[in-house]
Amino acid sequence: MSETAFITIKNLSIGYNSRSGDVIPILRDVSLDIRRGESVGLVGESGSGKSTLALAGLGYFKRGLRVLDGSVHFNETDMLALGRDDLQRIRGGQIALIPQNSGQSLTPTLRVGKQLIEALRLHSDLNSKNFNSRVVELLEQVRLPDPMAMIRRYPHELSGGQQQRVAIAMALAGEPEALLLDEPTTGLDVTTQAHILELLRDLARDRNMAMLYVSHDLGAIARVCDRVVVLYAGEIVLHGSAVQVLGKPRHPYARGLLSSIPRLNQTSMPMSLDGRPPMPGETINGCAFSDRCVLSDEKCTTSSPPLLALESGEEVRCYHSNLIDRIPINSKKVASFRKSGEVQIAAGLQRLAISYSKPSFLTTLFKKSSQPPNTVDNINIDIKKGETLGLVGESGSGKSTILKAIAGLISPKAGKIILDGTIELSARVEDRDAMNLRKIQLIFQNPDDSLNPRHTVGQILAQPLRLYFGLKGNILRQRSADLLDRVRLGAHYLDRLPSQLSGGEKQRVAIARAFAADPEIVLCDEVTSALDVSVQAAVLNLLDELKTEQKTTYIFVSHDLAVVKAISDRVAVLYQGRLCEVGPVNSVYQAPFHPYTDALLGAVLEPDPYITPVLSADDIVELSPPAKGCPFQRRCPRKLGTICETETPPGRQIGLGHIINCHIPNNEL
Amino acid sequence: MVTVTINSYKTNNRAIMVILDVLSRPSGAVGLFLVLLHLILAIISPYITPFDYKLQNSSLMLTPPDALHLLGSDHLGRDIFSRTLMGGREALAVTGIATPIAVAWGGFIGILFGLVGGRVDEVLMRVVDAFLSLPWILKMLVLIVTFGTGMEVLIPTLAFFYGIPVIRVARAATHDVIARDFIWAAKARGHSRISIIRSELLPNVLDTLMVEGAMRWSWMLLAFSSLSFLGFGVSPPNPDWGLMISDARGFMSFAPWGVIGPVIALSSLIIGINLTADALAKSLGIDRAQKAPV
Amino acid sequence: MFLMLIRRIFLGMATIGLVSVIIFSGVELLPGDACTQFLAEDQADREMLAQCREDLDLNRPALDRFSEWSGNAILGDFGVAADGITKISTIVGDRLKNSLLLAFCSLVVGVPIALFLGVISGLWRDRLPDLFASTLAIFAMTVPEFVSATLLILVFSIWLEWLPGIVLTSAGAPASEFFPEILLPVVVLSLVMCAHILRMVRSSVIEVLASDYVQMATLKGVPYWQMVFRHALPNALLPAINVVALTIAWLLGGVVVIEVVFNYPGLGRLMIDSISDRNLPVVQSIALIVASVYVCVNLAADLLTMVANPKLRTIYSRS
Repeated sequence: MSETAFITIKNLSIGYNSRSGDVIPILRDVSLDIRRGESVGLVGESGSGKSTLALAGLGYFKRGLRVLDGSVHFNETDMLALGRDDLQRIRGGQIALIPQNSGQSLTPTLRVGKQLIEALRLHSDLNSKNFNSRVVELLEQVRLPDPMAMIRRYPHELSGGQQQRVAIAMALAGEPEALLLDEPTTGLDVTTQAHILELLRDLARDRNMAMLYVSHDLGAIARVCDRVVVLYAGEIVLHGSAVQVLGKPRHPYARGLLSSIPRLNQTSMPMSLDGRPPMPGETINGCAFSDRCVLSDEKCTTSSPPLLALESGEEVRCYHSNLIDRIPINSKKVASFRKSGEVQIAAGLQRLAISYSKPSFLTTLFKKSSQPPNTVDNINIDIKKGETLGLVGESGSGKSTILKAIAGLISPKAGKIILDGTIELSARVEDRDAMNLRKIQLIFQNPDDSLNPRHTVGQILAQPLRLYFGLKGNILRQRSADLLDRVRLGAHYLDRLPSQLSGGEKQRVAIARAFAADPEIVLCDEVTSALDVSVQAAVLNLLDELKTEQKTTYIFVSHDLAVVKAISDRVAVLYQGRLCEVGPVNSVYQAPFHPYTDALLGAVLEPDPYITPVLSADDIVELSPPAKGCPFQRRCPRKLGTICETETPPGRQIGLGHIINCHIPNNEL
Repeated sequence: MVTVTINSYKTNNRAIMVILDVLSRPSGAVGLFLVLLHLILAIISPYITPFDYKLQNSSLMLTPPDALHLLGSDHLGRDIFSRTLMGGREALAVTGIATPIAVAWGGFIGILFGLVGGRVDEVLMRVVDAFLSLPWILKMLVLIVTFGTGMEVLIPTLAFFYGIPVIRVARAATHDVIARDFIWAAKARGHSRISIIRSELLPNVLDTLMVEGAMRWSWMLLAFSSLSFLGFGVSPPNPDWGLMISDARGFMSFAPWGVIGPVIALSSLIIGINLTADALAKSLGIDRAQKAPV
Repeated sequence: MFLMLIRRIFLGMATIGLVSVIIFSGVELLPGDACTQFLAEDQADREMLAQCREDLDLNRPALDRFSEWSGNAILGDFGVAADGITKISTIVGDRLKNSLLLAFCSLVVGVPIALFLGVISGLWRDRLPDLFASTLAIFAMTVPEFVSATLLILVFSIWLEWLPGIVLTSAGAPASEFFPEILLPVVVLSLVMCAHILRMVRSSVIEVLASDYVQMATLKGVPYWQMVFRHALPNALLPAINVVALTIAWLLGGVVVIEVVFNYPGLGRLMIDSISDRNLPVVQSIALIVASVYVCVNLAADLLTMVANPKLRTIYSRS
């Protein structure tokens, strides 16, 4: 560690001019050193300025942004003073970027091979005859199957994971000495994410590169980083080794952030971190975190704390880092589980099958029509009153489709949806009667999309209240205000537009709208995926409290196994629209596993540098349509043989209410 | 779709926010000023014109501008300044009535078929395509030549033909909106189709229709003045800019001042509308330039 | 892919078919017919009207006449004009040729300038070249064509006496004789056309420059102009194909006013003259020709976009 810093960012402040002419800072006085062979994690929630900082490492600023103060040095070159030509040489040659969304970062009109060759032409001394073989080599290095075919493809013809791998290959093409990674695994499936992180880890180690890894995901950071920097409102609030920051963070924000992440080995609900970070341009008095901090006193609100070095080696921007242990890291609160006495069925799915494909006129005319396999098939689940059923699976597992079918938005091809144990619901929402409609409410993933941007919060809440209860005038307004209170927003939100709310506030409004109907079953479709981690915990806690108050039943869809674990009583694991495993949370998250559940759980990234993911299954793209026989056979590491290809695995009871659909005998699972 | 800038205003009334935002842009301020100026002039012009617009004076034929006749006089000795002041009234009245009608019926049909979708929608789009494939001037002239050039013919003719492209725009906007979750949410709650259209869909399509309306208005004015120019619009002796330019053109080599007044008046009105439409589109977060000029 | 092609061609033909129905029924529905128009001044008696209708073959059922008319039109025979003698194909033929000449010249001048200026103002957004080009575009787009034409005549042919302000060549003359008379109309048309294309290209370039892939190209060290030409422009210019197609259609059918101002013997003036004379067979024929051009260029543009855009290609080859 005696070596001097490779990338040095010193007292960097970046900002933009608002329309009224004020200078609005995004990053304030940020200093950071990265040495060769070291990977540094940069953590922060949306709007914290972390991506801006990463791009500044390349001497690049988005349109409108400018450096207010400070410097960026790479290998003792002043990046901010370089001309266009020098920057072009360094970018991609000595420092390479792996972008967040590779699907949009690859030029859509150029073949993958051409884009890679372009990088080689710019940054390598190879003879142009050797370009092709080098490209193949690079693609093999990032473990892409069939590189020869890959070269000829256009970016949109690849899956998300493959696009990300191409982006990594492109970054490696120039043999860089440093890598900047801007949320490189966000939006990918759990197993894909774990594989890509392993790849990055190996690459960094083999090539002794310096890495700056930007992410909101502490799990990913824990996997690849030696040191971690935590950003809050454009400032570094904590800086230390990964073990220090993720093990015992000495800043209240980092501590709150860490304890708001649900974990697999935790039985209690994650702690919620109330409030929201200040927006850029908002006036900050004293410490930016003071209004959300339990340790905050008068000093914190009047003067802003400096970044102090602790004896243990960390740097903390807090006056009270010695009092950090006063903040509880674990909520004792356990999700309110259903009392085991009642066994009333709230809803039942019987042999539910859904198909999206509608043969068009021309295809039926020209091709012999063959029935494609259903998107979702043979789903049998009973949901008991007052319980939370979690539905987990990767993208394409049909989990959201099932919710839409229950809500009546998609007509199932076969099977029944039974409400209250007796009422068979009509397939289409138009044919259901008002009473049954009221009983089932749906909350969507993205509140930006599920709240009408033209309606005020009051108008949004009025929709169900008017429709189901015929409320009007003052009573309507009073009732809306009550609902806002129940989701911990005040009545003063009534006249705001969704665009004036933060992401978490919007999702609360969406929850309030669902509860306005006084529902029996609430369908939650990835309701926390669009939110920051700290907000996610607050929303989970809110949902749980509402469930206790209202005795509601939840069907909770998520790709995040830890979130599902925190809030659910029972879990169903789906793969390609087929059930793999159903059972009480504690049995499903413990051996014996269905091979797919095993793969999923192994790939989960915990914010703990000592936990290593276990990658049992490949992350290859699953083909559509789903396989006949066992849906998971193509990726299954424990495939038995032909039986898996021909016969649908039977559902076998292996514990109380715990069913696994697999050909492998119980005692071997 | 609301741009972030709008949210910096201290009000929740969206209409006020949008107007303030339009006014805060240079193009919006200039555009609105021009449009309002023209509207006011059109209303008060009968009371402020220095001369009778149809008063012919053979001793004043084609005289250059002077202190009395600010823009000179035309080939019949009429005061060009007075005629210019009065020259936009009929154009504004006709297009001012026809534009809302066009947007309303085109918008209604577009939204309706955008919602219905399927084969019916496909057939309608072919009909719309068929209408659009015919040159506008041919469609209009055939009707005008047959039925005459009065306002009672011009208004429905313009409203009908300029409503057809609106169908396309409204349909596309509807498709964009109905894919969004808040429409699904309303469906899942069990709202009737009418109530979903009225309270969820319409407010979101309205932005697009408003910008579309402003654009249609300017194109309609262009069309109206072109018709007048060709002699199929306003009938003499009523003044109209298009007609005045057409009349003055013949004497342009020795009396070029005849075209200046109407040219400036007509251009400033249409530019004003376009600048306003540009600013409005930006304030509402719609990219106007991406739209094809059909 | 192949299915898609067939589908699009089929839809295009359906649209042309619909247009012919609209044209034909539109003319049928109008009060009066060619004969009442012809004979109106003479206060024609019934016998003469009947005779005239007999001559012009107007007594057969509309459906019959429609199928005959459209059948012949496909073969390029548009029948005879309202006077019952002149063959429409000869009248229209010359005019169509002249219109094509005007359209071609305007395209050759206008499109490259428009694309160039659009790209320039997109790349230098909100800077001097952009402000200049964009302001000019707003003017060219909003000022009525007859106004800009009038002003140009005033300046270039009356004051400066550089170019002829009016076309005196007859309709049947060979293309070469239209120079230099054609120059001013070409300038006016190019101006208007430029404005629309420029604005569209500008906004498309700006959008693409803000995209993640352009940022990525810059950050992988691609030199600026290579980024512009390899990464940005191929994507930014895709939507221009459709706008150019619309412009071609407009140039053939919508430039009546310009033709009148410059006395240019194109389709537009023939159209307006025929409408005034109520020479409906000629109007029908012109309408059908212009509409077919519209449908064809749009179809061609769609197919071209499909070829140029790998994403669309995949979508269509799957469907």
